[in-house]
Amino acid sequence: MKRITIDPITRLEGHGKIEIFLDDAGDVANAYFQVPELRGFERFCVGRPAEEMPRITNRICGVCPEAHHMAATKALDNLFQVEPPVVTKKIREMFYSAFYVTDHTTHFYALGGPDFVVGPDAPPAERNILGVVRKVGVDIGKQVIDTRMRNHHVIKMVGGRSVHPVAGLPGGWSKAISEEERREIEVIANQNIEFALFSLKIFEDIVLGNPEYMELVLSDAYTDRTYSMGMVDAQNRVNFYDGMIRVVDPEGQEFVKYHPRDYAQHIAEHVEPWTYLKFPYLKNVGWKGFVDGKDSGVYFATPLSRLNAADGMATPRAQEAYEKMYETLGGKKINGRYQPVHQRLATHWARLIELLYAAERMMELITDPEITDPNVRAPVTATPTEGIGCVEAPRGTLTHHYQTDERGILTKVNLVVGTTNNYAPMSMSIKKAASALIKRGTVISNGLLNRVEMAFRSYDPCLSCATHSLPGQMPLEVVIYDAERQEVERLSQYTSQCGT
Amino acid sequence: MTVKEKPKLAIYWASSCGGCEIAILNIGDKILAVDEAFEIVFWPCATDFKYADVEGYPDGYIDLCLFNGAIRSSENEEMAQLMRRKSKVLVAFGSCAHEGCIPALSNLTTAADTFDAVYIDNPSLDNPAGTLPQTVTQVPEGDLHIPVFHNTVRALDQVIPVEYVVPGCPPESPQIWAVLEAVINGVELPAPGSTVIGASHLAVCYECPLEKHEKTIERFYRPYEITPEPGLCLLEQGLVCMGIATRGGCGALCPQVGMRCEGCYGLLDGVEDQGANMVSALASVVGAGKPGDSEEDMEQQIAAAMETLVDPAGTFYRFNMAQSLLHRMRAGSNGNGNEAGKGAEL
Repeated sequence: MKRITIDPITRLEGHGKIEIFLDDAGDVANAYFQVPELRGFERFCVGRPAEEMPRITNRICGVCPEAHHMAATKALDNLFQVEPPVVTKKIREMFYSAFYVTDHTTHFYALGGPDFVVGPDAPPAERNILGVVRKVGVDIGKQVIDTRMRNHHVIKMVGGRSVHPVAGLPGGWSKAISEEERREIEVIANQNIEFALFSLKIFEDIVLGNPEYMELVLSDAYTDRTYSMGMVDAQNRVNFYDGMIRVVDPEGQEFVKYHPRDYAQHIAEHVEPWTYLKFPYLKNVGWKGFVDGKDSGVYFATPLSRLNAADGMATPRAQEAYEKMYETLGGKKINGRYQPVHQRLATHWARLIELLYAAERMMELITDPEITDPNVRAPVTATPTEGIGCVEAPRGTLTHHYQTDERGILTKVNLVVGTTNNYAPMSMSIKKAASALIKRGTVISNGLLNRVEMAFRSYDPCLSCATHSLPGQMPLEVVIYDAERQEVERLSQYTSQCGT
Repeated sequence: MTVKEKPKLAIYWASSCGGCEIAILNIGDKILAVDEAFEIVFWPCATDFKYADVEGYPDGYIDLCLFNGAIRSSENEEMAQLMRRKSKVLVAFGSCAHEGCIPALSNLTTAADTFDAVYIDNPSLDNPAGTLPQTVTQVPEGDLHIPVFHNTVRALDQVIPVEYVVPGCPPESPQIWAVLEAVINGVELPAPGSTVIGASHLAVCYECPLEKHEKTIERFYRPYEITPEPGLCLLEQGLVCMGIATRGGCGALCPQVGMRCEGCYGLLDGVEDQGANMVSALASVVGAGKPGDSEEDMEQQIAAAMETLVDPAGTFYRFNMAQSLLHRMRAGSNGNGNEAGKGAEL
């Protein structure tokens, strides 16, 4: 019997671990994806004044502090029962769109993209942003850097700081936008739209134009048929900042559409002793273990699931790109809406469609005549008790839930974080890819194991938020042992981070 | 003629949020100059070097190591010790490594209480059996291991000596570039020994454009209770701006968008405890001590003003808890402040 373990290279690393067990025949018996870190925000925030949460919880994740800042700010609106002025909502959403542009850009060019642009079997040293730049040219590398920089500039201008912004207040935003700033942001939004269209073109040229990649995208190894979750506006179109949470079943029928404040009636979290991260699932379907299908409460919450859960995109060019993806990968409509796409590698495509949507939405908002209204704060008068705030973080639906005493001092905090939603489906995707790719007698190559990693990289996982690296990457090094625990192969993989 | 060998650079993180890495990345295309000037021997996302490579390096092989993140687990600690051995110059980079940062507010609670909040008593949990993470779990296929979760968050120099500290949550990108540029140009660094670089030696107030008028206040306000007058000092309007007791270098960004300084660049030179420093600074702005007031009146006025200040511990020590006198007292009583619990915590 041969036992294969995918294990961090040393105990020191500790940022994530995959264990794959083979049966006596040499096929995959089981796989475990462990998250070995915890930082404890849900406890140490107790006793803090609630209004500080936008500036405390952004430290959960330095890659997506804007998401925590925004979920916390919205939870404060709810907690203090105050409706922000219309302009404030527009400023927040514009700011949030700029964040989406930089975050999705980072993922596509530095994290997920290298598997396609450089190739799934390329040496690990090449499967990174530098490899992408070598493949597509330094000019594009500079465009990626410029895109990140100009949007971080907007984040700093409007939110106070480019990392860990500070401007969120209950019913308000501490900073109004001047006409001069508005004009500057409009130029940036326009550049973002061009960049998003250009990125979609790269994807179409490299992936859609390559039958081998398309076979990979469509293969069963990367297909899991779970429920899809995403936030939608009043017309059931994708929205990142506000709306209802819609869940569709694996066939594409709406399973539920609920207000984020009712999340605890719909989401429950399962605990396993071998990991610090919890496994959320659909409470009204139930936890049936790590299985897909309509009878299992496992859902996913990613760019792909958001598109699956919605009826379309709210901006014109993103809608065109959306239709193209569904026509290419499925094309069947039921009750007027496309059936979900379950091929997880299509998440990279969905992410670029969202990139375009974020850029177009940013443009819509910054050219809104109201956006420079200086009255950005509503007075706060109510006595706080409980508040829930929700946004779509790039890596999944993000919910903050606070309870306070009558002075607004926190007594209880619950956070259901982007990547956490995807913990069960990621675990399943890893097992499925490993089972499909590792068979008795298979020679385990680095490229083959990279293809196992690709199963979860599409989710852009952001593990304990204590683990990460450069543009949200975390190296998870992998060592394969034979039955005698002799090392036979090693490789590294990249993930980003964003959890609690 | 031999090509001059480039200095070797490593960047590592322990328990942190990733913001320090994003801040490094936000130096923009200057990152290409860093790549040019240094041989990067360990920055796993950008290069293919592995931990085993680091272990294989001779001691002192790395010329400059930027280490961000706090020390929360035995793994973090072992990694800190490894990087210490391999590095000539080790920098505690960012607030977590410098002073524990916001997650060190955990030092006001315990690992057991944290487990309870996360895994037991929580509105969305489904955990009737009360399952907690365990360092070793037997599954049908074998044993699964996860690291131990410590009770206490420690700053890097509470575990190993460091030459320099770059403060900030995160350090502002222009400051990061200033430090790297100085190293690239061979500028002599100050004497080592937890020495602060990449920041000012004066308080945030000195770089803040908001005007001070030596105005005193009778009470404090929470940020949603008032809309501050633009252009005027926030502390003098009753917002608990930490700028007066916080090292500058950030450019006073937060006050310029109407939000108080939270203190992320840490304490000032010669100060032992940031919170104590802030309390004494506040005494000078509360409207106490007018001519003719008795000592008793003054005490009452100060007490009344302080009544309006919520969560002093979480305000004055938001970033500096691990380095505070308070934490050191706790940590001093039982080693590093750990205690046995029922789950995987220590």
